[in-house]
Amino acid sequence: MSEYLLEVKDLKKHFAIFGGIFLRQIATVFALDGISFGVKQGETVGLVGESGCGKTTLGRTLLRLYNPTAGEIHFKGQDITSISQSSLQNTRREMQMIFQDPYESLNSRHTVRQILEEPFLIHQIGTTLERKKRIDHLLEVVGLPASAKDRYPHEFSGGQRQRIGIARAIALDPQLVVCDEPVSALDVSIQSQILNLLLELQERLGLTYIFIAHDLSVVKHISDRIIVMYLGHIVEMIKSTSIVENPLHPYTQALVSAIPIADPTVRKEKIILQGDVPSPIKPPRGCRFHTRCIYVQDICRTQFPELKNYSETEEHRVACHFAGELGRH
Amino acid sequence: MKLNRLNQERWHKFKANRRGYWSLWLFLSLFIVSLLAEVIANDKPLLVRFQSEFYFPFLVEYAETEFGGEFEMEADYRDEFVRELITEKGWILEAPIPFSYTTINHDLPSPAPSPPSDVNWLGTDDKGRDVVARLIYGFRISVLFGLFLTFFSSIIGIAAGAVQGYYGGRIDILGQRFIEVWSGMPTLFLLIILSSVVQPNFWWLLGITLLFGWMALVGVVRAEFLRGRNFAYVLAAKALGVGDRQIMFRHILPNAMVASVTFLPFILGGSITTLTSLDFLGFGLPVGSPSLGELLAQGKANLQAPWLGISAFFILASMLSLLVFIGEAVRDAFDPRKSY
Repeated sequence: MSEYLLEVKDLKKHFAIFGGIFLRQIATVFALDGISFGVKQGETVGLVGESGCGKTTLGRTLLRLYNPTAGEIHFKGQDITSISQSSLQNTRREMQMIFQDPYESLNSRHTVRQILEEPFLIHQIGTTLERKKRIDHLLEVVGLPASAKDRYPHEFSGGQRQRIGIARAIALDPQLVVCDEPVSALDVSIQSQILNLLLELQERLGLTYIFIAHDLSVVKHISDRIIVMYLGHIVEMIKSTSIVENPLHPYTQALVSAIPIADPTVRKEKIILQGDVPSPIKPPRGCRFHTRCIYVQDICRTQFPELKNYSETEEHRVACHFAGELGRH
Repeated sequence: MKLNRLNQERWHKFKANRRGYWSLWLFLSLFIVSLLAEVIANDKPLLVRFQSEFYFPFLVEYAETEFGGEFEMEADYRDEFVRELITEKGWILEAPIPFSYTTINHDLPSPAPSPPSDVNWLGTDDKGRDVVARLIYGFRISVLFGLFLTFFSSIIGIAAGAVQGYYGGRIDILGQRFIEVWSGMPTLFLLIILSSVVQPNFWWLLGITLLFGWMALVGVVRAEFLRGRNFAYVLAAKALGVGDRQIMFRHILPNAMVASVTFLPFILGGSITTLTSLDFLGFGLPVGSPSLGELLAQGKANLQAPWLGISAFFILASMLSLLVFIGEAVRDAFDPRKSY
């Protein structure tokens, strides 16, 4: 068995766009275009990137909510890339997901009890009484009163609803939880509560997180390692402790420069990226970032940069032809 | 039955719509009355007391000989001879309307169709049959036909819409094209052709109309499933390992039910109209069946006897109006924009 709980090798997810009278494939969205990384037991890996860079797709593909186009996903040494949904059933207990919008991720027609009972029913766990106890326990763990059981999701605030979503995700004692922007739909005051709950649960249950967010400061706070994505590719993989001091990819540098500093006297030069993210239907040739990179050279336009390790002491991979040579901000 | 809070609220809103609420009760009582048609309009007595014994002619066949008559066949209680035999040694309790839908009144004061009188409250049709009796039985068969057609067409329509919307892609495209072609068929002509090939009875007719009538709900249900299959809570259920069928039933179908339930009273009205128009054209229920459409056709053929057309029209119009009123109330009760 490898050292990783979850290992992804050259994962690709392309969405076909059909059109015309005969519904032929007229285009392809290259949502994920060759993603490789590993997640160790107990660590938190942050995934950051702009909207549309494929981070949500990656999260969903990892859980086989989408079927990958190519590549491999290994979970606890087992290849789950293309096994059938029924043989996936046991793996489903061990990898779960927390969704972005707590208003959408709970079925508004079900009571909290029904929502939390479903995982146990599906996996035929426990008797009615045992399930009841476990639901009470779950509610306690996520900090909701037991009286919440018979209420409907719309009777709760956003933060409370997210707690219900977290309770559902940890109901089956998973090892890996993919958190898909779990706090970005919440008020800032609630965000820290939910983040602390997630950290507390990680300690208590030994969870491994893949934490997806577009807010680098949140990811930096919660993660051990950070993966920066751009247009379906990983551009940099770095320890969260060194992301502020030592970002090597120009895109990461731009993201880091956008983190607000809580000190009005500090003047910081921000890198403002020009233009929009190119369409993933027609990704640029060469380095995907070259259309917006301030250091762009000829080689960037033609040759795709491989993800290479740039540190002797730790894992710090960067996909840039000029990594380490570029100016810092 | 215990309603959840949402449904309680809907029921309150439905009740608040007085017109729809009373229409529902009126329609239900008319329907229940018509279900008891055999007790209300029957040419056989409800109860006969003969030689200190009780007989129930409307339920059981008694031979004439049982009452001291001559023939071994079923007693004809409208025959003066039989009546005298019985009343000599007992009594007869008649149904309020002493005619069934097939009973021919042979003692008409004027040639059939004869006008309303004490005996035939709304007159008789052109074969001497009582109009009231035929209306009661006709109402029952229309509503039953409508209910069956609505029930089966909803099940098929919801299933087809659910499968298309949930799986999407090729299944959806093929299904949609098929429905477009299928709904483009000249339904009435096909019904006429089919019903001239087979001798249609109630169930045949139901099957034939179902063949072309199941598409009403496909559109809304499909749309709801297309929308619903990408909801985060559906993805969450998938991540938990909930199977396709359960996701469809537990998580998406309840959303589609609102749209479907809103449609039901209107589908019911439409089904009744379909049966009536087929009957009117003479391609519906077998000859002799009580049917509103046939009565309308008689009214058209006998303009000198307005009680035929007017009675049939009145019953049909009130039935359809009641259904529309109920439908409007249901629609308003289920309207989510009015609930918060």
